[in-house]
Formats: sequence, structure tokens, C-alpha cells
Amino acid sequence: MRDIKILDTPLNTQSCHDAVEDPAAGGIVVFVGLVRNQTKSRQVVRLAFESYVPMALKEMDKIADSLYEKWGILHVCIHHRIGVLDIGDIPVVIALSTPHRQAAFEACQYAIDTLKETVPIWKKEIFKDGAVWVSAHP
Amino acid sequence: MKINLIAFGIAKEIINTPECILEVTNPCSIGSLKQILMEKYEEFQKIQSIKFAINEDYQEDHFLLKEGDEVVIIPPVSGG
Repeated sequence: MRDIKILDTPLNTQSCHDAVEDPAAGGIVVFVGLVRNQTKSRQVVRLAFESYVPMALKEMDKIADSLYEKWGILHVCIHHRIGVLDIGDIPVVIALSTPHRQAAFEACQYAIDTLKETVPIWKKEIFKDGAVWVSAHP
Repeated sequence: MKINLIAFGIAKEIINTPECILEVTNPCSIGSLKQILMEKYEEFQKIQSIKFAINEDYQEDHFLLKEGDEVVIIPPVSGG
């Protein structure tokens, strides 16, 4: 089972967890990303996410393919939120199950690292006195 | 020939529109399109990197564009 979505509503961590349950699973790893209140000691007010949705879903699907091929996962759920998020909100949840725990940790690490490198989603950090697109400039 | 240029994130702010039609000489590769954009919009020279997608897939500099192609400018991504 793979459940890959981009949503403009709050993410439900529990339902992502439940989606990957399986009697053959020895473990489930759930990564929950959070909006942090500061970046390089500058206070963040909120974040705005946007995405090229059809391509983002395609790139997330490629990540899922690798998870099945390289780590033999049982199920995966990747949900990413777009729109305006406040401090403490959840922009991303990755849940996956595997027969043994080590594969689950490694696969989840790969999934979030690759998502941050390849999936066309952009975030703008909004400060009290301005805003910047994250990673845009060297 | 004409191509449809679509932009997201900082690229949308640099070209000041989410979408526009651009006239380029045929043949035109992704590499030459990058050069054209860098000259037309100097702000692109300050960006870490720009990639391009055609039909929802990343394409490299040697990829040749066709009339009517939908070309998406992908500035550095920052999801998660």
C-alpha cells in the first residue's frame, strides 16, 4: 500500500501511522516535520509552501519505488501540506512499515532526505520584517 | 517557436508571473533557454541553481525543446 498526497488541510499523523499497519510488520517509523520558530536565530512568523503538484506526486512516487526496492518496506504513507503554516504546524509526515526496525529507520531517513532534494515544493519563510524563499540563494 | 514557461517559488517572482509564452529560436535546448533567462532576468544569476522540467520530469541541458512545450522553471526546492 502506498498513500502519497499533497494536501492543503492539516495533516493527521495518526491516520498516516494507521495506513501502514500490517501483521507482518516488526516496526513502524513515522517522521513528523514541524514548522520551527526560528532560522539562523531570526524569528520566523509563519511559512508559506507551494508545489508543482503533479510533478511533486510523481517524484514522491519515485521515492516510494526506491523504498520498496532497496529496503523491502511493506507500506508507505507520505503526506505533504501546502499553503500557509504556523509555528508548530506539520508540513510533512512520512510513515512506513518494515519486517525489521533497522530497515524502517534507514528507509525513512532516505525518504525525507530525498524529498528535500528532489520534490518540487518550495517554502517561504516569513519574518516580522520580510520574507525569503528557503535555499534559493547560495 | 513559442514555448509555455511556468514558474514557481522565487522564479515566479523573478519573471513576475506564474506563466508566460516565450519566443525562442529553433532549435533551443534547455541549456540555451537557461542562458536566455539569465540574460533577460539578471536575478537568476544570483540563484543557487535552476533546473527545468518538461512533462513533469527533470531534463538536462542538452534536452531539445519543441514548439508548444510546457517548460517549468524549478528553483532550488525546499520541501519538508
